[in-house]
Amino acid sequence: MKQFDYVRPATVAEAVAAAAQPGAVYLAAGTNLLDLMKGGVSRPDRLVDVTHLDGLDRIETLADGSLRIGALVSNADLAHDANFAKSYPAVAEALLSGASAQLRNAATVGGNLLQRTRCAYFYDPASRCNKREAGSGCDAKDGENRGHAVLGWSESCIATHPSDFCVPLVALDAIVEIEGKGGRREIALDELHRLPGDSPDRESALKAGDLIVAVRLPPAARGFATHARYLKVRDRTSYAFAVVSAAAALRIENGKVAEARIALGGVAAKPWRARAAEDVLRGVAPTADAFQEAAWRALTDAKPSGDNAFKIELARRIVVRALTLAAAGTPARLPALPASPFASTSGAIHA
Amino acid sequence: MNHSISLTVNGARRDFVLDDPRVTLLDLLRERLHLTGTKKGCDRGQCGACTILVDGKRINSCLALAISHDGADILTIEGVARGDQLHPVQAAFIAHDGFQCGFCTPGQIMSAIGMMQEAQAGNDPERIRECMSGNLCRCGAYAGIVDAVLDAQGQMDETSQRHSA
Amino acid sequence: MPELNLTGAPAHIRHGSNIGQPLTRRDGVLKVTGQATYAADNHPPGMLFAVIAVSSIAHGRVVSLDVAAAKRHPGVVDVMTPDHKPQLAIDPEIKTNPFVFRMEALQSNEVRYANQPIAVVIADTLEAATEGAVLLAPRYETLPPLVGLDAGASFVPPVVGVGNPTENHLGDVEAGLASADKQIDATYETPPQYHNAMEPHAIVVQWDGDRLSVDMPTQGLVLSLARIAELFGIAHDKIHIRSPFLGGGFGSKGLMGGPPVLGIMAAKLVGRPIKLVLRREQMYGPVGHRAPTRQRLRIGADGEGRLTALDHHARTVSSTFDDFYEPAADASHTLYAAPAIRTSHDAVRVNTGTPLFMRAPGEATGSIALESAIDEMAWACGMDPLAFRLKNYAEVEPITGKPFSSKALRACYDQGAARFGWAKRSLQPRQMRDDAGLLVGWGMGTATFPALMFQAEARAAIRRDGSGVMEIGAHDMGQGAWTALAQIAADAVGLDIDRVTFKAGTSDLPDAGIAGGSAHTATAGAAIHSAGAAVIAKLADLATGDERSPLFGAGNAGVIARDGRLIRRDDESRGESYAEILARAGVAEVEARGTGAPNPAAMEEYAMHAHGAVFAEVKVDPELGQIRVSRMVGAFAAGRIVNPHLVKSQLFGGMIWGMSFALHEQAITDRRSGRIMNADLGEYHVPVNADVPPLDVITVEEHDPHVNALGIKGVGEIGITGSAGAVANAVWHATGVRVRRFPIRIEDLLTQS
Repeated sequence: MKQFDYVRPATVAEAVAAAAQPGAVYLAAGTNLLDLMKGGVSRPDRLVDVTHLDGLDRIETLADGSLRIGALVSNADLAHDANFAKSYPAVAEALLSGASAQLRNAATVGGNLLQRTRCAYFYDPASRCNKREAGSGCDAKDGENRGHAVLGWSESCIATHPSDFCVPLVALDAIVEIEGKGGRREIALDELHRLPGDSPDRESALKAGDLIVAVRLPPAARGFATHARYLKVRDRTSYAFAVVSAAAALRIENGKVAEARIALGGVAAKPWRARAAEDVLRGVAPTADAFQEAAWRALTDAKPSGDNAFKIELARRIVVRALTLAAAGTPARLPALPASPFASTSGAIHA
Repeated sequence: MNHSISLTVNGARRDFVLDDPRVTLLDLLRERLHLTGTKKGCDRGQCGACTILVDGKRINSCLALAISHDGADILTIEGVARGDQLHPVQAAFIAHDGFQCGFCTPGQIMSAIGMMQEAQAGNDPERIRECMSGNLCRCGAYAGIVDAVLDAQGQMDETSQRHSA
Repeated sequence: MPELNLTGAPAHIRHGSNIGQPLTRRDGVLKVTGQATYAADNHPPGMLFAVIAVSSIAHGRVVSLDVAAAKRHPGVVDVMTPDHKPQLAIDPEIKTNPFVFRMEALQSNEVRYANQPIAVVIADTLEAATEGAVLLAPRYETLPPLVGLDAGASFVPPVVGVGNPTENHLGDVEAGLASADKQIDATYETPPQYHNAMEPHAIVVQWDGDRLSVDMPTQGLVLSLARIAELFGIAHDKIHIRSPFLGGGFGSKGLMGGPPVLGIMAAKLVGRPIKLVLRREQMYGPVGHRAPTRQRLRIGADGEGRLTALDHHARTVSSTFDDFYEPAADASHTLYAAPAIRTSHDAVRVNTGTPLFMRAPGEATGSIALESAIDEMAWACGMDPLAFRLKNYAEVEPITGKPFSSKALRACYDQGAARFGWAKRSLQPRQMRDDAGLLVGWGMGTATFPALMFQAEARAAIRRDGSGVMEIGAHDMGQGAWTALAQIAADAVGLDIDRVTFKAGTSDLPDAGIAGGSAHTATAGAAIHSAGAAVIAKLADLATGDERSPLFGAGNAGVIARDGRLIRRDDESRGESYAEILARAGVAEVEARGTGAPNPAAMEEYAMHAHGAVFAEVKVDPELGQIRVSRMVGAFAAGRIVNPHLVKSQLFGGMIWGMSFALHEQAITDRRSGRIMNADLGEYHVPVNADVPPLDVITVEEHDPHVNALGIKGVGEIGITGSAGAVANAVWHATGVRVRRFPIRIEDLLTQS
């Protein structure tokens, strides 16, 4: 790990000023940053420790019915907040399907949003990687890329975003509150992560010094609480990143889908909102055929970036299943194996 | 640059000067405080051998900078027993053979204690398996680990019931 | 180091003989309180930290290292490179005996595999040494690497495994295949696997003049000591190695590799104690692995399901600079009674660290292929897999025709199948579902592992106070030597286990042989048994030759040792305590040595193997392809069971390794660079707790008078055999999809829904 200066600002304004310097990065729990630093992937000159800042660790319901989650709330505290889990069950399920209990206790909401790809070539400083070092090339493209992107990738980069949490969040139109040099602003989560294009090193809409201070779920997000699931296919039962995952949330009125929300994880450089698939379902009965059609629509633009064509078919099937589970209703208690196909309370898998 | 920090480690306050901000809690414990019960298996948050409780919560100490945890209350495997009196989880690990080589064991035990405090798994073996999945055991002592946790959980439930009765 | 303070087991579970009792681990309290000292837990005064820099190319040479940049980093004391290092007494490329493997000790700037050590940075702190290694920023001249099972021209190695013939023949395989009613011809692939013991390889070194003190985990104290002695040109008695606990070994800590040698060199270079611990990613290269294989099985069977021929060929790899060949096809020698058997191997060389023994080397890789193929053959014959195996049950060892020293496999099949409920299995695949609609499949595999014996010596003593001492340089890697061997020792000297001081784990004790081949308990146990008998005989001499003793004139054969007393065999009321015998003789203690060794005559006459039958149930999501094992039953016959509590754990562990072989672990090598892209524990998947279902182990009673004096066959490795195939066969039974490339992946099962 490279030597660095350690700064512990007292206020958000001080933090933003300290982090705006070249070579500076924010340190929250460090569960991803320290891993990257130990691997030589990230070699910052200055760590700006925001963990001691006041006021960023609260979960608050706002007057308009929005929920505001401070950026320093831990993944575990959020998932285990009874009101949160009741109102946004797919988000809680996604959180609890990620990493391990130890990591969830430490990892923060803001850090989860900004975690870096797990592409092995990104993680390996000896490999060429346009994301890690602009213009160096991409060794993943012709390499071992079974787990890489099938949507939104470019010749420059085929990496995926690894977050589970972001998948239901983006489906629920989450908003990110940012404190920057120019003061506070907010953007849709869907606009936070960028697709690679020809500049995969620019991963997000954040500018130097920008600090995520909160994530907000708009009032409408509560409307899906009774029909919302997250489903994650993994190479082992737990403690593994998604091969492909999906969040599905339905608002069902009079036997018809009034509104559907669908997003995919593990398929692109960002959590992938499938709006066209949502449109398919609006106003129709929640049937297997409708879900199949939505799934096809969700993956219309997908193409393999390497040895990963199976992920397209798998993603279709996961969308169908996630919709099926959502239609069956949110279980009263989160399953023993959150988001797993083997979740003991997932009920019958055929609609 | 030197940084003064203070930690409470296994109940005792420790003040010291950290000459390097790169030191993780794990390396601080092992190499500077010589509390070597906490193990380094991967150093990357992928095995759980370094699990300790920080302010009552289990975390991977390999991915935590010591300097950032100034003021924290830390419990390691060395602080779990009361003299010769083993913690129920420790005793249950012996009784149910919840280990073989023993290298992951301090992390497993700290994780189990942390899990019980989180109170998410109860006495459901499937939930215990999931909640203990952040601790790898290459010897494959998982069956004994789950049995040990169930046993210790039962004993502690009984004790707390007696106390509340 | 303080003497180990081991716990006694609760008294109520101990009665009669110590052997056979399910004692809990005597090192249990040390391990649950964090007081068990593993190598990296040592901190001699003045110690520095050494961190290895490893190659990021697989083939070529190091052109430059920025030593100056590393040394500029505060705290860096020195950088050891091929140009700046203590000279070794012999070239580490020289193989002085078959158990010596070539290692990298900075003898040149040549790079033969990725993650090869190329320099060592020594610093005041771990942080400084770690960053110093990064700052070396090596530049390379890169040559194209040899990668994979088709890397180059294949060749037939002279031997496979440890001195096994490369080819074996029985009968006429081609004629057998030609005459068969049903044939299968199937090719299976297994990936490179890495031991990944939880404890990284580590060494703490202190030189004191020409004396060397070493803390390091080793499965072979004496072999390691001999290797250090020859490399550093020092006498054996100047070296002291402590290895009281290994944080897992699985074969990777059996033989001395390069990294600990680099630690000893570094300590010599700087004249200070050194701690050197491998980083997890650095364990994917210089400390061995299980080589990949491609195995072709051709099997024929007649109209009644009897095998007519079995042809098993295995392709494997070794490194470009040394030889170890995974003896995968040898798995077909012992299990099934084919009248014609051929096993053969060939290999290619690739740019990899030299493969090595990894838990059931050959047996594990061979078993998953053979058990899959047998399952395929049973299906081709329209037979239940268990019925097919019973139809082809080997009453004598097929390849040699020798009788088995003992073989309770039929009982394993019966008891395992009954416990599992195998009789309810559908013959057709993809017939079973659970309440949630998940596909359910049942599979089985036969387990087998040879009952080996190595050489060992032990020293026993009876002290004036009537207590006993047993000394043997045995190794506890988790199998439970501190407990099981102490139980054998207690019986050997006729004392309660708490009255015996059992010493193990250091190199100054008698040679216990290597802890490998599932032979440690048998080998060390035999030495302990023999040393105990010898010391009791000496004690008996003292008593029976002394007319003041109630045992006078009883003669050695007429005396037995029990509970700290010698008593007459013909009159158990007459006897006296050890303390009384020694007090009267005025002797402080009596001591004797004993040995354990294979019995060549018995080996000539008998085939010696442990056996087992493993039954597995898997659930597979019909559309999504994710797999989970939902239960496993293993029934094993492995001779005498010294401690059922520990044996169950070892068999569980083996079964989990089998599951992992079938479903999880593989090193992924970039085919262009020859580098391993998942050299960690995040993406190199081993099972987590949630992967492991309720497991059930049955130890089947088996008495074997031939394997060794104690009748022990060993259980360390057999659990992985049979289990891997059982899981793979269960996946087929659940889905109807036969996957022949392991581990089985989600995409393999997405073909239909």
